Amino acid sequence: MGLTIVWLCLIVLIPLSTIFLRAAGLGWDGFVAVGLSARALSAYKLSFGTALLAASVNAVFGLLIAWILARYEFPGKKFVDAAVDLPFALPTAVAGIALVSLYAENGWIGSLLAPLGIRVAYTPLGVVVALIFIGLPFIVRSVQPVLADLGADVEEAAATLGATRWQTFSRVILPAIAPALLTGFALAFARGVGEYGSVIFIAGNMPYKSEIAPLLIVTQLEQFDYPGATAIACVMLVASFSMLLLVNLLQAWRAKRSAK
Amino acid sequence: MTRAASSESPVARRILIGVGLLFLALFLALPLVVVFVQAFAKGWPMFVDAIGQPDARAAIRLTLLVAAISVPLNCVFGVVASWAITKFDFRGKSLLISLIDLPFSVSPVVAGLIFVLMFGAQGWFGPWLIAHNWKVIFAVPGIVLATVFVTFPFVAREIIPLMAEQGRDDEEAAVSLGASGWQTFWHVTLPNIRWGLLYGVLLCNARAMGEFGAVSVVSGHIRGLTNTMPLHVEILYNEYDFVGAFAVASLLASLALVTLVLKSLLEWRFGYHQARSAH
Repeated sequence: MGLTIVWLCLIVLIPLSTIFLRAAGLGWDGFVAVGLSARALSAYKLSFGTALLAASVNAVFGLLIAWILARYEFPGKKFVDAAVDLPFALPTAVAGIALVSLYAENGWIGSLLAPLGIRVAYTPLGVVVALIFIGLPFIVRSVQPVLADLGADVEEAAATLGATRWQTFSRVILPAIAPALLTGFALAFARGVGEYGSVIFIAGNMPYKSEIAPLLIVTQLEQFDYPGATAIACVMLVASFSMLLLVNLLQAWRAKRSAK
Repeated sequence: MTRAASSESPVARRILIGVGLLFLALFLALPLVVVFVQAFAKGWPMFVDAIGQPDARAAIRLTLLVAAISVPLNCVFGVVASWAITKFDFRGKSLLISLIDLPFSVSPVVAGLIFVLMFGAQGWFGPWLIAHNWKVIFAVPGIVLATVFVTFPFVAREIIPLMAEQGRDDEEAAVSLGASGWQTFWHVTLPNIRWGLLYGVLLCNARAMGEFGAVSVVSGHIRGLTNTMPLHVEILYNEYDFVGAFAVASLLASLALVTLVLKSLLEWRFGYHQARSAH
């Protein structure tokens, strides 16, 4: 018991607190000057915007994949079910170079998109693609067990009362899985905001255009600008803690619902 | 077809399955395939040559070393923490569980940064470490610390629900029959949690070997000394040595595949499955 807390403090809590103490040491003006500079703001905008977009795409397709895995039988289903976890297991740097070689203008997908005038690699779109890859399992794994547990009786009742399949889905099934879907969305979003390895290869990393917030921290560090790195890290930590709080509240909501 | 009234038509099913599989093929399968295709693009001899480079071998050794230190550490912590949380009652339990999960929601880069701020030349312990000629940042201890931080929750979060479900009855029976605390743990608790433990270790190990962001910040990228495999992939890629980069990457991808296969085996063969939210 004591050991748990000591170890937790040593490895997690004390190190994390250094960020806030160091950031506090900057003073408010110093903090605003770097933490909320124009370059940092555009990096936050990119990080949060692309993470939001990727999590939304994943919410749709993740729900669809969770649906077919939970409801249908098809050949190779077990294999597909296992493959969904690939982004959790594949090192992010490997994902990064694989994605950029696919979406570069001479890559398998990039060369198909180039004639259409769509550039993915080295643009914010590339960041979205990388974050879709990283975030997909969060949605599928959150929604899948809830879909599997959902009884057939409510759907049958809806059908008996004359609901079309779409009405049953949007009025009965969707509300029931909404908390799980939102939890998965929040987890994918939080992961996307902080993601580094898979994004930096495909992003192009142009300041003000395709530079994500974690990369800005690394850039500041490489220039030995520790206060700058700390201020940006502090903003990101506050953001991720708020997300964590939101996820916990969602889960509490979910527990309350299933208890009813 | 008992669910005919509340299910989709066969055509709609096929379309949904088709769209889902197409999405997975595009976003999951293709990136994996491209890694292996690129690694062997110039043939088997070039692949072997790339893996055999001294820097690549040093990176492989370092990655194995870091995993060999950080995984057992987190394993021990995971078991101790789950034991404390599930076998005893105390206030603030749920707060403790959230705190254990904290590293999951911290950006890997920020995770690396905190150790630079603590142990780096300008950090809290920096001057003291320099005076004693100990290197943490830009050296192996820093890489281990950062890896322990990012892989911190994996084992604990697997075992906590498992132990909570199993309750304390088995342990109480063992103790009332005269077993010591250690005997109880070794002969009763450990066999009960072994599959969960293995599951956690698998995921922990995959992340420990593949971690990039946090390690990248603390490593200093010194070739042959502080370069782990993922960092070596980055260096080779940035030098346009694509065969080399993808060769090392294919080893990491194989690790990911082995992890997935073992994980699925655990789920199917031993019925080890928990309905839980993803991480």
